[in-house]
Amino acid sequence: MAKRTLEVDLATTGVDAQGNPITLPLGVDADAAAQASDGPALAGEHMLINIGPQHPATHGVLRLVVELDGEVVVRVIPHVGYLHSGFEKLGEYRYYNQLIPLTDRMDYLAPMSNNVCLAMAAEKLMGVEITERCKVLRVIACETNRIISHLVWLGTTSIDMGAFTPFLWCFQQRERIYDLQEMWTGARLTTSLTRIGGLMADIPDGFEDGLREFCKTFPKTIQEVDSILSNNGIWCGRTQGVGIFTAEQALDYSLSGPLLRASGVAYDVRKDRPYLDYETYDFDIPLGERGDVYDRYMVRLEELRQSTRILEQALDRLPDGPINVDDPRITLPPKSAAMSDMEAMIFHFKQVMEGIPAPVGEAYFSLEGPKGELGYYFVSDGTAKPVRWRVRPPSFINLAALPAMCEGRLLSDMIAINASIDIVMGEVDR
Amino acid sequence: MNPSVEALRSEFGDALVSAEVSCGDTYIYIDPARNAEILSWLKDTPGQVYNYLVDITAVEYRDAELPIEVVYELFSLDRQVPFRVKARLPKGESLEIASIVSLWSAADWLEREVYDMFGIIFTDHPDLRRILMWETYAEGHPLRKSFPLRGRFSRSEQVRQALNANPEAHYSLEELSIASENYGLPEKMRDRLRRGERGNIPDPEVVE
Repeated sequence: MAKRTLEVDLATTGVDAQGNPITLPLGVDADAAAQASDGPALAGEHMLINIGPQHPATHGVLRLVVELDGEVVVRVIPHVGYLHSGFEKLGEYRYYNQLIPLTDRMDYLAPMSNNVCLAMAAEKLMGVEITERCKVLRVIACETNRIISHLVWLGTTSIDMGAFTPFLWCFQQRERIYDLQEMWTGARLTTSLTRIGGLMADIPDGFEDGLREFCKTFPKTIQEVDSILSNNGIWCGRTQGVGIFTAEQALDYSLSGPLLRASGVAYDVRKDRPYLDYETYDFDIPLGERGDVYDRYMVRLEELRQSTRILEQALDRLPDGPINVDDPRITLPPKSAAMSDMEAMIFHFKQVMEGIPAPVGEAYFSLEGPKGELGYYFVSDGTAKPVRWRVRPPSFINLAALPAMCEGRLLSDMIAINASIDIVMGEVDR
Repeated sequence: MNPSVEALRSEFGDALVSAEVSCGDTYIYIDPARNAEILSWLKDTPGQVYNYLVDITAVEYRDAELPIEVVYELFSLDRQVPFRVKARLPKGESLEIASIVSLWSAADWLEREVYDMFGIIFTDHPDLRRILMWETYAEGHPLRKSFPLRGRFSRSEQVRQALNANPEAHYSLEELSIASENYGLPEKMRDRLRRGERGNIPDPEVVE
């Protein structure tokens, strides 16, 4: 990871080491305040303000009730649940394959990671071994989605800090991945890519070339964003030294993903609990040194480069062969076979009407999603519908640390810190 | 099977109820009265160091006779080993278990979610409020099997309640007290609060 070459600490202007304001708010006459120094008008007067749930800087329907002392945040009380859809409850009434469309709608900035995680969790529960080609295609799905998720984060965060240009660059690149996703699945956001034991469809002609072209040209955009932001005085001032979380604090709050790694803890599910043969790919885990917002930015920027590296390796090794397991109880027969062959029609009927029964047991599977450790936990009683479907939502757990990061900082820092957590409310509320 | 099971058995004896393996992962059942003690031991003992709390959740089975389970998913970052600890809470009794917020701050929101969704009380939790549902939500705990998929109230009743909610019901009593302490609340709001018009805050005993 690139070292920080510029150090600016503008963000603590007006606050001393204890978080007490040392300058007067706008509109207060300094002489008058000095005269009334025995009892300053603002001392002890706290203000309660409400941000959200409809506010662009909260990145979704998050509502924050903030107690302010002047411009310093005394307390933050987050309110979540405005997007609660009861997916976990719904899951208890659905077959495993029918859960896949629900997962799209959780982390809608990286739907394929969620699709893959659900299929992998169900396969772990059922003891299904997927094919080699499917493994590599799922790696491609996960890494492209890490890229689009980080690009949205980078674009919107830079807007929060007042930089508009990187937003346009990021969304332009993101659109290229969306074109590929649309080519593959027919949808941009709600991809529903995976099925238990395989994928909905193989990649179409032209996908490989398109992705190779993307991998070749995309690093230029990262370089441009790097050069416009990393040494930018305003950017550094807004992000350096803001929202510092030490490694101990980060572990205490069970942070995961770039947020945890920015605090210097080298926990990445791809390395520590490898899945989809990630141990055979050559990539690095970027680590931060101080755990501030700037480090989180640097970690995500480097992860974009590493994901591109993984994508190139995946394209090089992409084997030929089937994408679905060869088991008619799990894989839906092709439509043409179901229409003309008796046996295929019976399997088709049974799967659609009765689902795929899972053995009695339970399985927790997690993967490194763009926001952190995304985990699905299934408990089965032997029927085709789970008894309990639990989502370990990385955004929800990361967001819980927001009050601890913000308290004692300025209100404007809170916007930067909230942006740096990279939440997506669909996943927080589920 | 995970070797931590043997270590736990020699350390805690009967508090370890049973150990099983499913899909390659070991999980144990423990005595719910000693959950904080056992989790603290697993977190800090050299050789165990399950220092990362992955998740807290609960499971209720379709068979109404079976107890509700509280599930702690742990991971050792030093040794890269997962471990799942479960505690059974029989349904006839009050659903209570000790909070582990003092061990991991992450347990704060996770336990609030379990309380919200299942009605399990985490004793000594610093701030046990509903988190995904709103404070005055009166329909019970959504992830309980006795809770109907579409909710207990009809759509019209849900709409009626939502439209009748007072503006100050969007703020918790704690937040209102911050406002009241510092610059006073508008007189109208004060009146409504004095009359107790905050909507019905459900009593979990009555609902379940």
